[in-house]
Amino acid sequence: MTELSALFHGFAVVLSPMNMLLMLVGISLGVLIGVLPGLGGANGVAILLPLTFTMSPTSAIIMLSCIYWGALFGGAITSILFNIPGEPWSVATTFDGYPMAQDGRAGQALTAAFTSSFVGAFVAVVMITFLAPVVAKFALKFGPPEFFAVYLLTFCSFVGMGKGSPFKILASMAIGFALAAVGMDTVTGQLRLTFGIPDLMRGFDFLIAVIGLFGIGEILLSMEEGLAFTGKSARINPKVVLETWKQLPKYWVTSIRSSLVGIWMGITPGGATPASFMSYGLAKKMSKDGAKFGTGQMEGVIAPETAAHAAGTSALLPMLALGIPGSPTAAVLLGGLLIWGLQPGPLLFVEQKDFVWGLIASMYLGNLAGLLVVLTTVPLFAAILRIPFAIIAPVIVVICAIGAYTVHNAMLDVWFMLGFGALGYIFKKLDYPLAPLVLALVLGDKAEDSFRQAMLVSQGDLSIMVSNPLVGTITGLALLLLFWPVIGRLIAMVRKPKASTFTTEQPVD
Amino acid sequence: MDSQDQASEAEGHGVPTFAIEAVMALLVLALGLVIVVASHKLGAGWTSDGPGAGYFPFYVGLILCISALGVLYQSLLGKNRSHGIFVTGEQLRRVLVVFVPAVIYVLAVQFVGIYIASAVYIALFMVRLGKISVIKSVVTAVLINAAFFLMFEVWFKVPLAKGTLDLLSFLGY
Repeated sequence: MTELSALFHGFAVVLSPMNMLLMLVGISLGVLIGVLPGLGGANGVAILLPLTFTMSPTSAIIMLSCIYWGALFGGAITSILFNIPGEPWSVATTFDGYPMAQDGRAGQALTAAFTSSFVGAFVAVVMITFLAPVVAKFALKFGPPEFFAVYLLTFCSFVGMGKGSPFKILASMAIGFALAAVGMDTVTGQLRLTFGIPDLMRGFDFLIAVIGLFGIGEILLSMEEGLAFTGKSARINPKVVLETWKQLPKYWVTSIRSSLVGIWMGITPGGATPASFMSYGLAKKMSKDGAKFGTGQMEGVIAPETAAHAAGTSALLPMLALGIPGSPTAAVLLGGLLIWGLQPGPLLFVEQKDFVWGLIASMYLGNLAGLLVVLTTVPLFAAILRIPFAIIAPVIVVICAIGAYTVHNAMLDVWFMLGFGALGYIFKKLDYPLAPLVLALVLGDKAEDSFRQAMLVSQGDLSIMVSNPLVGTITGLALLLLFWPVIGRLIAMVRKPKASTFTTEQPVD
Repeated sequence: MDSQDQASEAEGHGVPTFAIEAVMALLVLALGLVIVVASHKLGAGWTSDGPGAGYFPFYVGLILCISALGVLYQSLLGKNRSHGIFVTGEQLRRVLVVFVPAVIYVLAVQFVGIYIASAVYIALFMVRLGKISVIKSVVTAVLINAAFFLMFEVWFKVPLAKGTLDLLSFLGY
């Protein structure tokens, strides 16, 4: 039970008036970011990161993680009221949320969405509280080969679990690694891939990439689709909230299942978006009202929201315990840790106890505060969406430019941001995934360091990656995932003739 | 990236998505080759004190080349290649309406600084595209920038780009 006492110590750290204020500010900013199309959790946090440089790391991470929770909550508001998913992970929420709002049950849909978001996050935080220290303790035994194997596993799981062309996932990831390599080599001090341009010595900051890819790219996409906001009015009063809460316990099975789906997808870098779709699909398949899904079923709102929040929250577990973020937003938070001089990974639990447990405690309180804030301020945020897009679009471009400039106080970064914006727009249209690029850009140097250290130990012999059962298992799993698109196809080819001869055979998996 | 070049091909004739996909794959392949050559020059092999500076990027470049060839194959010869139109003329117009002013805006920031450039940019955007009255647009743009100024310079002490001309130097920030 050392975790519990550490957690209570964490609560004591968080419960200072200043930190509570930052929490509320963070949640409100996060909801705003979630509501505005074109601003997402990842680039919202990236833009606001420089504002926190003067704060203590604990206060800074509390505010930034609260922006993240707020963004997770905010996505649901636009999905339900306007049929516009403010965030990719709230796409599945539109399927039943918007019909409910059209039916005059917007208040119920919003209450159900917010409450199940809270439940998903809560389950995930409980999991982090007890699992993260164990994982971190285990990871303390890791050497460079083990760490590189874990990085390899992270990246290979994108290829194995991603939808679409595995070549595109690989290309996106390799571009991230290549961008990370630009600049001064940390080991030899040589300049790499700078092509004689002095400004490139700094390398590409992932914050610039995030702001461009997710901010500018998203605005271009929203513009292309021709945005028009026609929304339902949102009236939430305590009576609706209480009535909805009375109905929610009926769906406890859906909640638990969705939480588990979300936690799994969050820890493996599947992310919140696939988690919400998977959970919606499972709920549709398993519910007795499955056929009615899409017409305004409350279960259809509960399932994706619970899973998205559980995934978004549990993405922080590998970041805290191993130093490997499970989502682009977690990657931005990790970048923040590095800037504040903290070394994310297993040692954080030993050396920075206050910080880690303060963060975990703020996850509990932040989500509770988030629930209260969104339940009371929905009409306000819905009103923001009635502001003409002709005001919102340039303001978001300005905010992105400010965010890109403040990272290094360099104008060149603002130009890079525009370039990344155009790249993000084309990549999204061509189905290149952006998350692997960002994660590779963040983790590139660390992955390279552990690879080179491992190679130094073995004098260039790659067999060090399978030299003991632990590293061998992780590497094996990584390779299995990397080649899963090929293996899966082979299995299907072998199974096909069998299936036609033994039609009665039941699949075992 | 050269979004405009690629996208403008699509205008009018409606270039199918797989063609843009192939062009993109060729660009990725070119990037991969550049990285492979550059890291080979840096020393992609084993040096006296361990792996050379180009060791890791060399393989990254190789992966880029392989994946680009894979995408190229899928886009030109694959079974599921997309014949849909990449972008219609109307869509392209709407995208450029945001992107081109954004480029001009960043150029302006370089000279007159972020506050003046942003105020003009927001006001013009509102008047031209939102058909909002000039007075309303100017007031909104100035208020938004005043808020940014207070938040960044005054409260959080984060200096923003003032541009080479630094027209707001009289404010003392």
